[in-house]
Amino acid sequence: MNSKQMELNKVEVWDGNTCNAQAFRQAAVDVLAAYPITPSTNTVETYASFHANGYVDGEIIMVESEHAAMSGCVGAGAAGGRVATATSSQGCALMVEVLYQCSGMRIPVVLCLVNRALAAPLNVNGDHSDMYLTRDAGWIQLDSFNAQEAYDLTLCSFKIGEHKDVRLPVISNQDGFLTSHTAQTVRPLSDKVAYDFVGDYLQVNAMLDFTNPVTHGVQTEHDWHFEHKAKQHAALMGSLFVVEEVFEEFEKISGRKYNLVESYKVEDADVVIVCLGTTYETAMIAVDAIREETGIKAGVLAPRLFRPFPLTQLASKLQNVKAIACMDRSAPGGTVGTLYNEVAGALFNTQARPILKNLVYGLGGRDIIVNELKEIFVSLNEEAKNGKLNGKIQTLHGVRGPELSFYEH
Amino acid sequence: MSNQKVIKNLKTFSTAAERFEGSHVLCPGCAHSIIVREVLNATNDNLVVSAATGCLEVCTAIYPHTSWDCSWIHIGFENASTAIAGAETMNKVLRKKGRIDPSTPEPKFVTFGGDGATYDIGFQWISGCFERGHDFMYICLDNEVYANTGGQRSSSTPIGSSTTTAPAGSTSYGEKRNKKDMLAIMAAHGSPYVAQVAPNKWKDMIKKIQTGFDTKGPVFINAMSACTTEWKFQPHETIEASDLAVDSLVFPLYEIIDGTELNITYRPKNIVPVRDYLAFQPRFKHLFKPENEYIIEEWQKRVDAKWEYLQKREEARV
Repeated sequence: MNSKQMELNKVEVWDGNTCNAQAFRQAAVDVLAAYPITPSTNTVETYASFHANGYVDGEIIMVESEHAAMSGCVGAGAAGGRVATATSSQGCALMVEVLYQCSGMRIPVVLCLVNRALAAPLNVNGDHSDMYLTRDAGWIQLDSFNAQEAYDLTLCSFKIGEHKDVRLPVISNQDGFLTSHTAQTVRPLSDKVAYDFVGDYLQVNAMLDFTNPVTHGVQTEHDWHFEHKAKQHAALMGSLFVVEEVFEEFEKISGRKYNLVESYKVEDADVVIVCLGTTYETAMIAVDAIREETGIKAGVLAPRLFRPFPLTQLASKLQNVKAIACMDRSAPGGTVGTLYNEVAGALFNTQARPILKNLVYGLGGRDIIVNELKEIFVSLNEEAKNGKLNGKIQTLHGVRGPELSFYEH
Repeated sequence: MSNQKVIKNLKTFSTAAERFEGSHVLCPGCAHSIIVREVLNATNDNLVVSAATGCLEVCTAIYPHTSWDCSWIHIGFENASTAIAGAETMNKVLRKKGRIDPSTPEPKFVTFGGDGATYDIGFQWISGCFERGHDFMYICLDNEVYANTGGQRSSSTPIGSSTTTAPAGSTSYGEKRNKKDMLAIMAAHGSPYVAQVAPNKWKDMIKKIQTGFDTKGPVFINAMSACTTEWKFQPHETIEASDLAVDSLVFPLYEIIDGTELNITYRPKNIVPVRDYLAFQPRFKHLFKPENEYIIEEWQKRVDAKWEYLQKREEARV
């Protein structure tokens, strides 16, 4: 590398966007193609300032839309190098077509998705609508709950996606504003340790390797399409084990342990909240408080890996739980939330038969506070004791006006 | 002309082709295959090619076959230009970082798109690539219709053409709008080189393609690609249809250097009436009904005016 070295302190105060940009810099990304959108803009701005000051020797393509950003990433990745970008919300929606093309062509792009609501109404704040939108796009998806994790998991994303048995793109999720714009203490790795962990880019089927010309993005018919999609799915399912390996390796260099499913005090819990993103940490505080104040055996669980979904790992942690609230932070669109569906799917073929309810919450950046989560635990505990749901299966939690509940049980 | 192939005659030139070969399923008589083969044959340099979704793409890379003996990528309908921009940028980076030996010859980057992918859906992506100045050549295979989906109008479809989404009928003469002037638009982007070519004037075409390969920065080539299926002529009449297009000046051959210097590269000895060009293609058959004849007259006036404009610009060097 010809880039200038950056002196980092043992502890830095970074927001989530800075964490993404620092991870890109340390991974020595070759090409970044991007288009600004709130709240992920600062990832690209920070990286651009690194570029302007000689701290990175890759190239930035400031394209004219998010669709072009991902198109440029796919072209650059197919050419044979490390690529990354960042986006949110509408930008992610505009990219969706190319997200499928990228995973179908097995180009290991890293996308930092700073989660935000989808219009209409237009809203720049955080919820998980964009994460859910990309659910079936064939990308590996990691979820971070704070800035430190955003940094760690973005670094891990390169290593996971570029693994020779995986060769798939990876989305590194974080909550818009709550993580992306909140300065927190972060313990970065040194540049050398970080780069050695991520490793050199493994060039496969590169268009710039002219001794082996390749054809990317072919046309298939019914005779081959199914087999292509099956192989892609098999690679995605298999990536779960690579994620575990990479997490173990990361623990060795950082001391920070990541799991496919994160949980807090679930082992002896009667009632559990399942959620994604920053709500996990708020719920940990609620768990401690409610246990101390009422003795309710509460716990919280969050999949670290959203895709491939760790169904069995999640189910094994929930076998003795009596009541579960699956918290979905996305407009439900005419059915129960995605997380509810995943958890129900994970448990259905097991012995566990907990009470399972779906709370849709926090849309468009509306806060969820410790007291609310405590109330949810109290309500869950009553239901656990009574052995039945108090109300319908799905409730739009905290929405103003009359209570909105759906789906009789 | 560093690594460009020497043109002797058509036979030796065309039989030397190596990079675009058999196993494609383009229609018999399709001009796409003629143009692409000659473009790839114009240089000995390594090529990185992208293709937009369209006839060329779906007919030349059907798994497990490929007609392309060069690096090739297809992503979507609209973003072939940006795909090549990504690859071109990666090439720069890998050379800078020493992962590609900087002494190895620079490859050439080429994008092919149909008129739908160029004039319509892909326009934003092309505009972005040209504004950013990527070093590549964009070649539009302009058959004036969405041929791959079965003959719908594009913004390149000429007035009076009957298409499936702008059909001629008892109260309509078909397409109502004039063809978009893509060459003027691309020249206005500040492109160092834009040109119109046609496969019947193959020496002119190859010379322009080689100029394009030798030009630094984004180059736009609009290639007239007569479509036997949608223009409805016989497969052996492709070159005849092309002759009529350039000799009637419906499709004049010229180039614009740096957005200003305009050169007309072919002047027909005997200019053919537009009427003859239209009469050759059944897509215009209904224009010969008495109530539609005025469209032909207006068309002739427009072609005459454009020809005069081109000549004036050439003379004025503006």
